[in-house]
Amino acid sequence: MLSRVADSIYWMSRYVERAENVARIVDVNLNILLDSTMADQQWQPLVNITGDHEDFAKRYQVANQHTVLQFLTFDRDNPNSILSCLRSARENARSVREIISSEMWLQLNQFYLTVKAAAESGRGLDSPHEFFTNVKLSSHLFTGLTDATMTHGEGWHFSRLGRKLERADKTSRILDVKYFILLRSVADVGTPFDDVQWAAVLRSSSAFEMYRKRHGRIAPKLIVEFLLLDSEFPRAIRYCLNAARDSFHAISGTPIGTYRKPAEKLLGQLCSDLAYATIDDVMGEGLHEYLDTLQSKMNLVSLGIHERFFAKRVPETRHSSMEKMQ
Amino acid sequence: MKLSNYEVGNFFDEMFGEDGRPRVAARPLAKKIESLPMGELFNRQQAADRALVQAGITFNVYGESEGVEKTLPFDLVPRIVPSAEWDRIERGLKQRIRALNMFIDDLYHDQRIIKDGAVPDHIVSTSKGLRAPCIGLNPPRGIWCHITGTDLVRHSDGEIYVLEDNLRCPSGVSYVLENRRLMKSLFPEVFEASRIRPVSNYPIRLRDMLEYLAPEGVTTPRVVVLTPGVFNSAYFEHSFLAQQMGVELVEGGDLVVSDGYVWMNTTNGFERVDVIYRRIDDDFLDPETFRADSMLGVPGLMKVYQAGNVALANAPGSGVADDKVVYAYVPRIIKYYLGEDIILPNVPTYICAEPADFKYVLEHLPELVVKAANESGGYGMLIGPHSTAAQREEFARRITANPRNYIAQPTLSLSRVPTLVDGHLEGRHVDLRPYILYGKDIFVLPGGLTRVALKKGSLVVNSSQGGGTKDTWVLADSPATLAADEMVPGAAQNQGQSQSQSQSQFQTETPSATQVAGASA
Repeated sequence: MLSRVADSIYWMSRYVERAENVARIVDVNLNILLDSTMADQQWQPLVNITGDHEDFAKRYQVANQHTVLQFLTFDRDNPNSILSCLRSARENARSVREIISSEMWLQLNQFYLTVKAAAESGRGLDSPHEFFTNVKLSSHLFTGLTDATMTHGEGWHFSRLGRKLERADKTSRILDVKYFILLRSVADVGTPFDDVQWAAVLRSSSAFEMYRKRHGRIAPKLIVEFLLLDSEFPRAIRYCLNAARDSFHAISGTPIGTYRKPAEKLLGQLCSDLAYATIDDVMGEGLHEYLDTLQSKMNLVSLGIHERFFAKRVPETRHSSMEKMQ
Repeated sequence: MKLSNYEVGNFFDEMFGEDGRPRVAARPLAKKIESLPMGELFNRQQAADRALVQAGITFNVYGESEGVEKTLPFDLVPRIVPSAEWDRIERGLKQRIRALNMFIDDLYHDQRIIKDGAVPDHIVSTSKGLRAPCIGLNPPRGIWCHITGTDLVRHSDGEIYVLEDNLRCPSGVSYVLENRRLMKSLFPEVFEASRIRPVSNYPIRLRDMLEYLAPEGVTTPRVVVLTPGVFNSAYFEHSFLAQQMGVELVEGGDLVVSDGYVWMNTTNGFERVDVIYRRIDDDFLDPETFRADSMLGVPGLMKVYQAGNVALANAPGSGVADDKVVYAYVPRIIKYYLGEDIILPNVPTYICAEPADFKYVLEHLPELVVKAANESGGYGMLIGPHSTAAQREEFARRITANPRNYIAQPTLSLSRVPTLVDGHLEGRHVDLRPYILYGKDIFVLPGGLTRVALKKGSLVVNSSQGGGTKDTWVLADSPATLAADEMVPGAAQNQGQSQSQSQSQFQTETPSATQVAGASA
């Protein structure tokens, strides 16, 4: 597969997943606010966890519901807004239209046009919950079409690799929302409102019901364990990284447990770490610190994937090119 | 919907005869349209428009930043070509392409035609399409113009004329295929009644032709389509053709020359490329040979091509024959190489480089169409009857300064086809671009792109200047013609499969669009 094509498929999936997760992060905060009795609404943490707070500060005076929703949803100048993510996803898809299935293209094109129309109408966020639910569903539909209509070959594995890495990163950030909010409201710890917040974190990852089946009661430590270390829940970080690792190996042809390139090694190590970590270790280190380290490592994996598969190369001699072909 | 209000006017109408009654070939369609309730045609038109936007079947408009993609306006009412008429067009096009190919080959070798005085030397040596690096070159199988789009028009005298040849990178064939898909879903009943020759096998023919060009000894050639990238106005077509042929779509940056071969950069190292259907102009193909500032091409590509280790379609340098002045000599070119009279006539053409014609043109500007030799897309053109005195003066100046660069033709009264305008039918002028593939043999796609000038009275059909498209229905005279066309040796199975898949996909998609459009109307 052409390196440029692999690159586009990988980022197409990542951007769709990113758009979905921005919707999730915003939605969880809206849900928390509905149950909140505090006059002081917390919107700044949302900008912080996306990592784009500097960009935000340049163009917006205050962080309130209106500005943050605008920034994260329809702001064309924020490359990680839902609209920008979908525009990038669609641009990538457009450059590989002949590789992906036409169903995937139709759905993604429609998805983008719908959000674009909402942005242009000026009334796109009149019922925010409905809007964000639609974003999530459209993303699921795209993922489902990818699984159901595209050959599960190299291209599909690149798509899955991108999606799972993005999801692992974003689940870690959703867990962090709770951290940032806690910082601001230590007095709430252990109160019914705290439970409400934790339940909202679960809901934002579509994990509430699955978690209840597994653990029953709402306990912060168990929730963190579920979203971080569970090997069966599809939005849990460990599950995502395992799937990313499987796809990486399917592409490179290296057996799992061995490696040829740094990115493959690092990803394998991450999976092992999560397999043997206990929740007490994590909390002992500090959840925020743990997640921060995890995010930097995942970024390194991402860079390594670029190096290994997408970067431009120059053939040295015929001999070496033939070797590479084999 | 009543057709009795339709005005044929003082034009040749492709659907209606002079008596105002539908021509024989158009009767099933006319009957169908009359049976539709008022507004239904409009609803179907809206369904078609929506389907085009949803499918992202778009072209890019240069010079617009936001929302750069537009759909090419599509009009529901097809142009119908009777079987016998088409057969003559097909013979004429084959004759023309065969002669033009011999002409190009001759120009880059012995130039017999110039030595024998049939075409003047200065016409060829000053052609912008002439490429010095191609002199003495022998392209694979001796073919230069593999893919040609020839523009045809019908004048009010009823005769079909060749308006111009496009031998470089003719575009538009993807719209032919997509328009047909749309029409099949919108008017399935008429298709059954009319027996229309299919166009869906074009990508298979195209791939067969490209594989035929592969270098000696390559048994399973790797064919690629080379595109300038997503920002090119015809990007959709490049992507579409690659997909339909089942080959890679590459950009210049994906290819690299090494050890005398062309390679593409894959996730698994480098893989060899044997045939390139390039949709990049000669000038940008190889910065080492042509324009050094090209970012789109592949450095060193021409050397590999000259060594015979990669095939390019169309061959670089073939643009020399679609110069609008060379065009004027095509009847003589056909006579010279084939010893035959031209079957499809040229539009009578005045060559400004010839003194008598030069004088005539300057004296008759208000009634002539003047064209620059190397412009396309409807630019660099003066339409005499629609021009202002200032424009005519400007052109007189330009022609006098550089007569070689201009030709003039009488203003043709292009034929019209009923077209949906604000919910009713009005005549609009059309041309027709059939597509011709030159491989093992010469194949003419039955039909082609009918372009329509949507502005009332306008004669300019180019998409960049308010033009749209229509489906073109070439009728089959007998079931045998249909069956023969449907069958491609060795590939009949595959074709049947892909065709039925694309159809069934369309059927699930369009009825919902119809409902939505119907509900909102």
